[in-house]
Amino acid sequence: MNQSVYDIVTAIGKGETTARAVVAESLAAIAARDAQVRAFVCVDGEGALAAADEVDRRLAAGERVGPLAGVPVAIKDNICTLNLPTTCASRMLEDYTSPYEAGVVERLRSAGAIVVGKTNLDEFAMGSSNENSALFRTVNAWSPDRVAGGSSGGSAVAVAAGMVPCALGSDTGGSIRLPASFNGVVGLKPTYGRVSRYGLVAFGSSLDQIGPITRDARDAAIVLSVIAGDDARDSTNVRGRPFISGIADGETTPDPFSVGVASECFGEGLAGSVRASVEAGIGRLGELGAETVDIRLPHMEYAIACYYIIATAEASSNLARYDGVHYGHRTSRADDIFELYSHSRVEGFGAEVKRRIMLGTYVLSSGYYDAYYKKALQVRTLIRRDFEKAFEKVDVIASPVAPTTAFRVGEKTDDPLAMYLADVYTTSANLAGLPAISIPCGFDEDGMPIGLQLMGRWFEEDRLLAIAHRFLEGTDYNRLSPLCNPAR
Amino acid sequence: MSELIDEKLVRHVAHLSRLTLSESEMVDMRRELSAIVGYIDKLREVDTDGVPDTAHAAGATNVFRDDEIRESLAPDQALTNAPQSQDNFFRVPKVLDDGGA
Repeated sequence: MNQSVYDIVTAIGKGETTARAVVAESLAAIAARDAQVRAFVCVDGEGALAAADEVDRRLAAGERVGPLAGVPVAIKDNICTLNLPTTCASRMLEDYTSPYEAGVVERLRSAGAIVVGKTNLDEFAMGSSNENSALFRTVNAWSPDRVAGGSSGGSAVAVAAGMVPCALGSDTGGSIRLPASFNGVVGLKPTYGRVSRYGLVAFGSSLDQIGPITRDARDAAIVLSVIAGDDARDSTNVRGRPFISGIADGETTPDPFSVGVASECFGEGLAGSVRASVEAGIGRLGELGAETVDIRLPHMEYAIACYYIIATAEASSNLARYDGVHYGHRTSRADDIFELYSHSRVEGFGAEVKRRIMLGTYVLSSGYYDAYYKKALQVRTLIRRDFEKAFEKVDVIASPVAPTTAFRVGEKTDDPLAMYLADVYTTSANLAGLPAISIPCGFDEDGMPIGLQLMGRWFEEDRLLAIAHRFLEGTDYNRLSPLCNPAR
Repeated sequence: MSELIDEKLVRHVAHLSRLTLSESEMVDMRRELSAIVGYIDKLREVDTDGVPDTAHAAGATNVFRDDEIRESLAPDQALTNAPQSQDNFFRVPKVLDDGGA
């Protein structure tokens, strides 16, 4: 399906189509294409059509419907849904169905959105390629030899391949933006705390944030306006910060703005084609009226090290709950309580999850805590200060999303550290809690999509989205993947 | 720095992590952790004297609420994913020995 969220809402509102017809088209696209990319962990055709019929009934009866009435959405499978399993792409939760629903899913459903299925991810959202899923591997929507990107790879591929117009992902160190970049779609990580994480399976609690993956910026604004807002069930949720979208109502012109460019984001390891497209993208921002300003982010080079200490420390603590007692996998070969825990965990977790639990436990352990964990919390403050200083001079900061386009399947699976370095430009926004967006800005010599990252001040998603909207107008950087071409 | 990650340390951390790693996993883990720790050691270069820790990334502070009774999951809902349950309880294997009786 090639309609945007905006197109669907408008057409249903005018009575030009029905929710059932839209959802049926989404399900048909999934049936036709998902076997090639494997974005979905589960698809709920029957439930989705029943929900669509309910939207149509309400419309026919003249009852109020929400701002996403009849819009098919896909949900990353680490976000809890009633009636559908929530596996986190892990053996540990292979048979798990949540007894409660995530705040964002409640909000989507009450806005009239139709959940068509759950999407694949790196196990427990730990990975940059989707190759760490314990279920199966999702591949890139533009080439089956390339990785989908991670960890929200299933969600990005589902949107890029025209199976749904929007999907939710989660972003701890780049997990929305990286797969969005690799598949040529828009991915927004909101400001930390703006969107409730109630019902998001916890990975790195001081970093995790849920956000939309869509084809264009206006759709991202529409979805964000539904999912952002207060939720007393998430204690890190920042109160009194709803998102009201200007662009959805036709407000498309950002005020004159300045773009910061830091040389630290254009150094060694950046592929030539990515550099060229991102620089051209910054030039295009200039044509839209932006003033370009050189800035410094002197602690950027420490972001990955800082991130992998904090994220793994938090993961080691969050994943302690998987002990075979209350839910999740339980071993059948335990003779005592220690074995019940440790056999259940070693059987249930995959290699990358074990590696991160080990690293996180190490950096928190007696004798190493100050050298690693405490040090990382202090470096985190310095990274945040760099941004505070930069944002005194500029409105947004532009950089690549990733140093390369989607790499080849299997290319980095034997080298965890090389895989971590794919997140070199994305983790600092999580460490500082900033909103950041990945916008398609071109293609490399193999036709693989390239992403431009814009980071904004805390709670200034409206500015990022307005700029992104203007940036994409008149380009076809965000066109659907060749999978959608019926000639293939 | 990577020589710091010796076999004894890997075993110790695996124990703390409650992960019964196989011998081959221990070997791989030592190699991989050594590479990663060698990389994250670059934080040592940064002067952090007197720099405070980051607590909340967007600067939120405590939010207080009244301590009141609210709805929560019913026992039967909370038990729907239990590996084993009995009546309204999670059932686990016997973990205390019988004191030799």
